Formats: sequence, structure tokens, C-alpha cells
Amino acid sequence: MIKYLVPIGLFAALVGFLYFGLGRDKQTLPSPLIGKPAPIFELTRLDDPSKTFSNREFAGKPYVLNVWGTWCVGCRQEHGALLEIARRGEVPIVGLNWNDDRQQALSWLQQLGDPYVVSAFDGEGRVAIDWGVYGAPETFLIGADGKVLKKHIAPITVQIWEQEFVPLLAQARAVSP
Amino acid sequence: MAAELGHFALILAFCLSLPQAFFGLAGAHWRRPHWIALANRAVAGHWVFTLFSFACLAYVFNQNDFSVLYVAQNSNSELPTFYRFAAVWGAHEGSLLLWLLVQATWSLAVVAFSGNMPQQMTSRVLGVLGLISAGFALFILMTSNPFLRLWPAAPDGRDLNPLLQDPALTIHPPMLYTGYVGFSVPFAFAVAAMLEGKLDSLWARWVRPWATVAWMFLTIGIALGSWWAYYELGWGGWWFWDPVENASFMPWLIGTALIHSLAATEKRGLFKSWTLLLSITAFSLSLLGTFLVRSGVIESVHAFASDPGRGLFILSFLGICVGAALGLYAWRAPLFRSNAGFAPVSRETFLLLNNVLLVAATALILIGTTYPMFMDAFGLDKVSVGPPYFEAMFLVPMLPLVFLLAPGMHAAWKKASFESTKKILGILLIVAVVLGIAIPVVAYGWNGVMTCVGLIAAFWVAGAALVDPISRWRKGHSLPASIIGMSVAHFGLAVFIVGATTVESYKEETDLSLKPGQSAQHAGFEFTMTKIEDVAGPNYEAVQSEVVITRDGEQVAVVHPQKRVYRVQKNAMTEAGIDAHWHRDLFVAMGEPLGEGAWSLRLQYKPMVRFIWLGAAIMALGGIIAACDRRYRKRVTANEGVPDAAGAKTA
Repeated sequence: MIKYLVPIGLFAALVGFLYFGLGRDKQTLPSPLIGKPAPIFELTRLDDPSKTFSNREFAGKPYVLNVWGTWCVGCRQEHGALLEIARRGEVPIVGLNWNDDRQQALSWLQQLGDPYVVSAFDGEGRVAIDWGVYGAPETFLIGADGKVLKKHIAPITVQIWEQEFVPLLAQARAVSP
Repeated sequence: MAAELGHFALILAFCLSLPQAFFGLAGAHWRRPHWIALANRAVAGHWVFTLFSFACLAYVFNQNDFSVLYVAQNSNSELPTFYRFAAVWGAHEGSLLLWLLVQATWSLAVVAFSGNMPQQMTSRVLGVLGLISAGFALFILMTSNPFLRLWPAAPDGRDLNPLLQDPALTIHPPMLYTGYVGFSVPFAFAVAAMLEGKLDSLWARWVRPWATVAWMFLTIGIALGSWWAYYELGWGGWWFWDPVENASFMPWLIGTALIHSLAATEKRGLFKSWTLLLSITAFSLSLLGTFLVRSGVIESVHAFASDPGRGLFILSFLGICVGAALGLYAWRAPLFRSNAGFAPVSRETFLLLNNVLLVAATALILIGTTYPMFMDAFGLDKVSVGPPYFEAMFLVPMLPLVFLLAPGMHAAWKKASFESTKKILGILLIVAVVLGIAIPVVAYGWNGVMTCVGLIAAFWVAGAALVDPISRWRKGHSLPASIIGMSVAHFGLAVFIVGATTVESYKEETDLSLKPGQSAQHAGFEFTMTKIEDVAGPNYEAVQSEVVITRDGEQVAVVHPQKRVYRVQKNAMTEAGIDAHWHRDLFVAMGEPLGEGAWSLRLQYKPMVRFIWLGAAIMALGGIIAACDRRYRKRVTANEGVPDAAGAKTA
């Protein structure tokens, strides 16, 4: 009567996988974008709705894309680290202001300091969807060839920057466009 | 105070689910009428305390008691009263309490409508339902207590997620849960039958209305969710193959298979162990959906705040419940042999194909939903499985299913000859082919074979669904509610297919920028933005534009799409401006301000999109009608033969 044992066997396998899924470390969950060209976007600038910004402007140059919003507690937490990374000037940081209020976002940058060379305003969250963002803050490293090299979910720290991003910088710059 | 009372009532509700489980199962096993009576009382007590607990939570929301953590997280003093009530199930903890209340209500309904069932069967069913209630109550108390205090109290709340501040979405979760939890009743019946070692046509007759009603609620719940996504997310899509949507769709497909398999079990005593397996699977998939949505195993746009501790609890619960049921199945199912035979061409064959195809569709969706996780488990690349996979794979089992439906409805039990129905089905098919090609071509233009195939299938099913009740009615034969219900539900499916096929084939979308005073042509209509103004709602500010839609110089509609920003959570929400018409929607959603008064707008023309939800509503209506059939209410004693069920005597 093996056939009557099939359902419970399949079910046990499923539960096993689900159990594995629970223990899985979300931080190291690879993004499907890694190694692929970063999605191109064109959005209005945060500081000036009449001007647009596109990441095409960074073609041939490495940059970091940081997804943030004033509503996000983790973003406030990582802000100091971002300012420090920006001060070192190893690579420019582009902000993607996600699902936010323009005025609030601007006053946040005024109060806490602005680590971004430019911030794009993604009020609808469409670009964030293209980039596979599922929660702010998220930080991407994009190489000179326009490919995504690294994605970090959750607040970034200077330590994480040094250990996980800096070793990739040479590669990010080296790749000829 | 109310929060503590609610918490206490919840503990009592948990305590009462234990005697419901114990006396229900033990009373039936050792045949003790007193114990069975106690189980019935425990059901009532459990329900009263769960309701009281739920009422307490609603009360603290109404009182804006921000010293309760859950209220502070999900409400706000500016939130309108109606949404303050709906906020009770606006997040994880409260929605579980709603789940428990629905679960308790189903148990109560089993007590109320069990007049035609032997006491022992009812008692076992209540026992199993008691175990499930106990599990959920424990889950709430241990990991997700909505009554926890926040000290010091928050001055104001963080507000209900603006996405949920919408009428359709406030009734969507209760409907969905009623469906999900409703499948616990067939599950309990299946376990009870396996414990008893007896499964006959009467059993199938008892289960059928429960399965149908649960299926009906799930249909409504899914349709409401789809309708909400259509107008609230601002994208104008009606189904996204999101893991959370799939989680509700899989039990629906299995539930549909179960309803059909139960028909064969009742009428012919066939597919017994298969019906048992489907009963178990439908509820397992409901639990699995809950697990996927709440454990953080799968990322989704509208997954609940995830917590691995909760995930582990649900997974253990799922493992125990379903593992025990399937273990019981492995042990007992060999008892339930069917010895009734049937010819290769018969209604039984068609029902079997229906089941195989529905199960295949469910398996494809389950694979697509969990695939990224499996790949990760094997250390392979993360692959994203998107709508293209689901759309392509889903059609493979669905097309034959729909085309088999028309002959299946007209096939006789045991051996079908189609002698009497061959002609009418043939005529209907020819009419369907002519209409299915002519209508889209004349109305919208040629758009490939698949459009016509979809419409031909829909018209054939619609015709075949109506032929039988009409001919019975004209001949003056009796027309039982179950036949009307079946025809109505199948007709609803046809309506749905017309909507889905047409909108997917002929929708027209465009993104453009407009300033007040400018206009644009789209899909034969002229859209003119006349003004942009600021408006304020009770708890949001909005930019509203007025768009006048004209056709050939005549005004068709004026719509007012809005871009809202909710004051507390600050997320921007799109309220689409929709001009709804029976055969098309014109959909205008505001995008981004582009400076100098210009806004990006998304214009969409959606032909027949209303038929999608109309079809679902008709299917649900068919479900209610079928569940109201008189024979489900007839009192039959267990040893009485059933005239139309040959299989009953063999069981």
C-alpha cells in the first residue's frame, strides 16, 4: 500500500524545505540583479521637480544606489554611516527617495546632512520595483560597466562597507565600460 | 481594562477549545452521550469568549486606546470610525483573532446544522475543529497577542496602512478567512470518516454544502482582493501572481476539485480516498498560505510583517495537523475501496479529468511560488518566477479543462452515449465558434488565435450551462437547486473567461504628461485635463486632477484621480479615476508631478474588465444556490438507503 504513503512523503519533504526556508539568512539572499545590468531609470530630482535625473549619467563610472525614505527607521539609523562613506569619497552615492514626501525628505537632508551626490524622487515606487527593492534601506553597488555587483539589505554600517563593499571597489572601477 | 478583559477572554476561549477537542473525539470513540453533549456546550462557550475577546479589541480601537501596542501601531485618532473597526484585522495579530472567531463560528454552525447527521459523526467533526481552534488560540497567545500594553502610552497611533483604508479591502479579509477556515470543516469530516472507518454517500452529502459554502466565500474573497488591486494599486492590473495571491488561489483550485469529486462520491460512491485527500489538501493549502504570508519565507508586496518565531509555530502546527491527517490517511484509506465501475465515456471520467487538471494547475502554481526557495535550498542561483511563467503554465491545464466542461456537464453517470445531447452540443459549439471569431473581430479587430479560442470556450460553456436547466424547465421536469447552482456557477466561469480574455487581448495603456488645459488621444477617446487642485480628506491630503473624457466631441465622463498622502505614514497612494461601463473601463491614474503644473498620467482602456468580477460573483451565487439544495436538509438516518446512490450500499 505504498501509494497511500505518497501524500505524507511529499508533505514531509515540503515541510523540510519550509523549515530550511525559515532558517535561511535573508541578509545574504542574493538579488537576481547581481551580475546583471542595473535597470535604467529617469526620475525627477528630489531637490528640483523640474529637473530629471537618470542613472545613465553614471555610465562608465561606478556608483552606489541607496534606497531610503523619511518614514524608514532603518534609514535614520544608517544615515551616519552613509555620511561617513560619502566623506571618504571612494564612490559617489545616489539616493533613491522611495514612497516619500518631497518636503519632508528635503528637510530631513537639511537636518541630518546630505550624503548623496543626487537624490532621485520615486514617489510611486515604480523604480524600486524594477530594482527588486522589498524594504528600505537597501544599498546597491553598480560597476563602471553598469552591472550590479552587490546588494545589501538592512542598514549599512561603516564596518559592512569596509568588509563587503570596499573589496569590490577595484573590480567596480576596473571593468571597462 | 478592556484589553485585559479581552486577553482573559481569549485565554478562556483557548481553555474551552480543549474540552471541545477532547470530549468531541473521546465521546464519539467511547460512545458517551454525556461527553458528546459537553463538547457541544464547549463549542458555544468557546465561541462566546472568542467573540467577547474580539469585541474588546474592537472597543479599544474605537476608544483610541494607544496604550495598547497593537492599536498604537495600526490606528490613529484621525482615522475614520469605520476604518478604526476594520483596523482590528489590519495587521497580523488582530487578523489572527478574526481567524479564530471565524473558526469558532464554523464550529458553531456545524452544531447548528448537524440535525441530519448521526451524533458521533458531528462529535468527531467538532473534536477535530476544537483541536484546530486550540492551535490557533495558542498561536495568538504565545506569539501574536494583540492585547499587549505599551508603556508609556503613545500620544497618537501610527495609523492603519493606507493601502488598507478602502471599503473593498475591509471586507476582503473576513471573506477570505471565512473561505480558508471553511475548508477546515471538510478537513474535519475527512478525519472523522477515517477515524470511524466508514465513508458512504451520506458522508459525501453532509460534506458537500460545507465545501461549497467555504468555496463560495473564498471566491468572493479572492475577487474582492483582485478588484481592490485593480483600482487601488494604480496599475490597472487585476491579477499579479504574487505569492500572497497564489496562496489564496491554490486552496480555491483544490476546493473546486473537491466540490466535483464529492459529486462523484455522493452519486456513485467513487473516488472516496481521493475525496479524502482533497479535503485534507484544501485546508492544508489554507494553512500553508498562512505560513507563507506570515513567516517571511517568501517576500511579497503585501506579506505581513514577518517573524521566524511565528513561522516556526505555524510550520509545527501545519506539520502536526496535516501530518497526522495524512498518516491517518495512509493507514485508513485502503479501507475505502470503490467497487462501482464506470465506462471510459461517462460523467465519472469527466470529473476525474476535471480533478486531474485542477490538481495539475495547483501543482504548477505551488512549484512557481516555492521555486525560488527550493533553488536557494540547493544552493543554486536565485531565479525569479514571474507572471510570464504562471500565465503560460496555467493555460496548459486550464484550456482542456474549459473545453471538457461542456460535454462533461451533459454526460450521464456510468456510461454516457451523448445520443440525445450530441446534436445540441454540436450546434452550441458551431454557434460558439462563429461568435467567438466574429465578435472580437467586428468589435475590436483580429488579435491572434488565442483570443478566439478563449471566447469560443467561454461561449460554449455558457451555452452548455444554460441548455440543461432551460430544457428541464420547458419539459416541466423538476429543477433542483443543485442543478441550477451548477449551471449558474459554470455560466459565471464563462463570464469570467470573456472578461479575462478580452481585457488581456485588447487593453490599451499609455503613460504621458499633461498640463491643465492640455489633452491627449487614447484608444479613440480624448482625455482633457481641466484642472488640478488640492483637496483634504479626514486623514490625508491629496492632489486631485479633473480629467474630462470625450469621444467625437461628446462628453463621456469626468473623472477625478487623486494622489493622496496620508498624514501619519506619509506614503503616497494612488486613487485612480475610473469611468466604469458594462463593456469597458476608462482608467486614469496620476503619476508624478513633472514641474510647471504638468503631471504624468497613466491612461488605460480596459474592455470587458468588469466581467472578471461579475463572473466571480455569479460563480459565488451558483455556490449559494447549490448549497441550498433541499436534499442537504432532509433528515436521513444512517441505515436508510439512498435511492440515487448505488455506491451507498457497497460502502
